[in-house]
Amino acid sequence: MRRRATVVDARAIGAYRWLACSDDGPPPRPGQFYMLAAVERWGGGEGERPFLPRAFSYLRAVGDRLEFLWEDVGPGTRRLSELRPDDELWVLGPLGNGFAASPGPLLVGGGIGIVPLACWQDEVGGVALLGFRDERHAAAAELMSGEVELATDDGSAGHAGFVTELLADALERAPNVTVYACGPPPMLETVRALCAEHDVPAQLALESGMACGFGACFGCVVPTRTGYVRLCVDGPVLEAAALEAVA
Amino acid sequence: MIEFCGIALEHPVINGSGTFDAIAARRAFGDAILERFPFSAFVSKTVTLDPRAGNPAPRLWEQGAGLINSIGLPNKGLRGYLEQDLPQLAELPVPLIVNVMGSTREEVATLVRAFAERDEVAALELNLSCPNVKTGLDFGVDPDATAALIKHVRPLTEKPLIVKLTPNATDSAAVAAAAQDAGADAVSLINTLRGMPIDPATGAPWLGGRTGGVSGPAIRAIALAQVAQVAARVDLPIVGMGGVQRGTDALDLVRAGATIVAVGTESFREPLAAARVVREMTRSGTRRSLEAPSTAR
Repeated sequence: MRRRATVVDARAIGAYRWLACSDDGPPPRPGQFYMLAAVERWGGGEGERPFLPRAFSYLRAVGDRLEFLWEDVGPGTRRLSELRPDDELWVLGPLGNGFAASPGPLLVGGGIGIVPLACWQDEVGGVALLGFRDERHAAAAELMSGEVELATDDGSAGHAGFVTELLADALERAPNVTVYACGPPPMLETVRALCAEHDVPAQLALESGMACGFGACFGCVVPTRTGYVRLCVDGPVLEAAALEAVA
Repeated sequence: MIEFCGIALEHPVINGSGTFDAIAARRAFGDAILERFPFSAFVSKTVTLDPRAGNPAPRLWEQGAGLINSIGLPNKGLRGYLEQDLPQLAELPVPLIVNVMGSTREEVATLVRAFAERDEVAALELNLSCPNVKTGLDFGVDPDATAALIKHVRPLTEKPLIVKLTPNATDSAAVAAAAQDAGADAVSLINTLRGMPIDPATGAPWLGGRTGGVSGPAIRAIALAQVAQVAARVDLPIVGMGGVQRGTDALDLVRAGATIVAVGTESFREPLAAARVVREMTRSGTRRSLEAPSTAR
């Protein structure tokens, strides 16, 4: 249940904020997430927000240490970015389903979407195709433990273009893979369509605004072929084949 | 122990309908949630006769001190609820209150009849925040429509009928008085207040359902005023809710006239918030004075 965790380390990695805290909760599975909030001063920021905790996939869990990564994009991530060692977080989790292992893992991440892929690559290996806006964001690729192929929108690091172009090439060369992807919706939609075209199974870690993270609010639904599902309890990882499209 | 409508409750804090899914919480947290169940009775999410998918996304908007939701009452319908949800909810360690809603008197009657014969159900809560197909207005904004509906379903069950009042009525106390005269056993208030957030990027309404319900600490003072207004007008027990975050908030509702209180949005932030609220109420030493008025009612 919700508990306090103490920040043990925090720093910038390129355009992102990295944070480690000590937590005595149950061990997570890659692809699962936590609801985080600062214990002090959660509220009173831009528009008097934040009010609700924020959902984050974990980057890595080692012993009683949990690591997260985010980009400062709003009042919640702004406040979390202020946290320093010995500050406290409210932590709820691990939540959600996580990835399921299948042969031939091929990982595809876009921007902050690389987070759940870091611990997943630790566990199953495989190449990680990672796309970022620019070199400053691509600095987060150093967090991966295995082989990485980079793409940047502006060409400042790796392939100049979208990471889905790397995926299209990879699927042409070797289609006997299982794709694990996380990133912005347009990227995930291209991943879904490419995998469908090549008849390749894919598991997509999706994102949605959440109030609670444990199925109470029904706010985080995404449409699937069988109707709306709550991303917090039926996801955040969904089989690509279950989706008409990623919106 | 507290007595509410003839139901024995361990403590005075329950949940607001639609703010906690005990089945999903058990999936997320395991049986630990049953051992530390935070509510003294569980109010389930609104059940309608037919299944509902709910509103299109986005469904949530965070604001200072609150939340605007446009969920749209997704549920499996009466049959799905009876077959899939009720057996699981019957395993909860507390009495079950089923919240029902219909767009005609007959629909509500069908729902009430179906639950009247189920021993697992301790009481029924009528959600009146539904447009009456005859008038297009929510039943709950009109004292006459409220009375007619309750008179119609009252003979169908001996179980307590709790009427959930909408704060969007012109005069909640008049609706509460009509509910009392028509045979309701209790009233609960407040439901969410209608609100509409604008997407700063497009200038269009943010929510898929355009408007939603405002909840959280932002509406606490409104809840206190409406509970006081209703308490001054009716003798029925009152479930008070709206922005309860701490024991003092719950006690304020009791001072305003509530018999028991419900926690809603705060459970989103902290699953066991209601258990903390109970502890904080007890610690402030007013629990005993709280029990007296509720048993007298």
